Amino acid sequence: MNVLILGCGRVGSTLARQLSQEGHSVTIIDLTGDAFRRLGPKPKAQRIVGTGMDQDVLRRAGIETADVFVAVTQGDNTNIMAAQIARRVFDVTKVIARIYDPIRAEAYRELGIETFCTTTLATSLMRSSIDGDPRMKPVEAILQDMDREYREQISVR
Amino acid sequence: MYVIVVGAGKVGYYLSKRLMNEGHEVLLMEKDRRRAAMLVEELGDVVMQGDGCEIRVMSEAGFGRADTIVAVTGDDEDNLVVCQMAKRQFSVPRTIARVNNPINEDLFSKLGIDTSVSSTALIYNMIDQQIEPGQIIPIGALRKGNIEIVTINISENSPVLGRPVKDIGLPDRALIISIIRDENALLPQGDTRFMPGDSVIALVSTQDESSLRSVFTEAG
Repeated sequence: MNVLILGCGRVGSTLARQLSQEGHSVTIIDLTGDAFRRLGPKPKAQRIVGTGMDQDVLRRAGIETADVFVAVTQGDNTNIMAAQIARRVFDVTKVIARIYDPIRAEAYRELGIETFCTTTLATSLMRSSIDGDPRMKPVEAILQDMDREYREQISVR
Repeated sequence: MYVIVVGAGKVGYYLSKRLMNEGHEVLLMEKDRRRAAMLVEELGDVVMQGDGCEIRVMSEAGFGRADTIVAVTGDDEDNLVVCQMAKRQFSVPRTIARVNNPINEDLFSKLGIDTSVSSTALIYNMIDQQIEPGQIIPIGALRKGNIEIVTINISENSPVLGRPVKDIGLPDRALIISIIRDENALLPQGDTRFMPGDSVIALVSTQDESSLRSVFTEAG
């Protein structure tokens, strides 16, 4: 699978590392070359410096052949705009954006972009835990596993 | 008319002042606290500090009763989202966005923004106009139907010189609406003849733009 990731922060770099270790072809874009240090030594992912809202940069990063586009920069609006370019200009089938603002996440989900609102995700999980929701037991176990996998991946690199 | 201007940089500032002078109700929204506080001193209640993409701020600002939203921040992504949210959540009838990267003009109209304005493209067109007389210069566009408003300067070598409008073989989807001659705007008839130095203003469908160009530019 060809995956194009915008934003090499914690989420972007972890996704890139995991997917390229699993053999997918990954390209990652960030505004600063410095951010690519998060990928660890000898990263497999192809790295492009530039803004993901520039169609030329996206083309250079191979968006025309991408199966998946993931927008995970710090800026909601940047993610929203880049995701819409991927969807509407380049016809990428699967477009995912991380959006902190729940209202915007909902609005753009209805416009055909798969949005993940980490604010609602985290708050609702925490709420369930506080309320002693029995469904949280397995979730906590899954979260624990995920964190361990993450740590192992980092130390393996 | 109630107009909300988002982004109080130089464009937003002068635009708001102009709109106020014309008697419109204006709200100028600025995210940066320092800049907003400074402008409150000069313009008073017209200025509101807040993020124009936040739904809570938008309701407070009265997006629900706004006739027009103008987003003129220096960031295209913010201008896009302000206008899209205004349309989606508040059904604002008219949204206008400033685009900094000219390529986004097309994108924005595809994404539902009513009008987008690129000063980069405008300035480029003016430079273009000065170095290449005889060329077709776009001066505006009607979003529906791909119609452009263009101006063409008639040079000394233009093949239409001295010929009447009805005989030059205009493409089907082109219409000459005015000829500017010596500071006067003429409404041409079929027998109006072209003179050197004329500026022709025409409506043309984008498909017929190149045929229109060949009618007016020197043969060969």
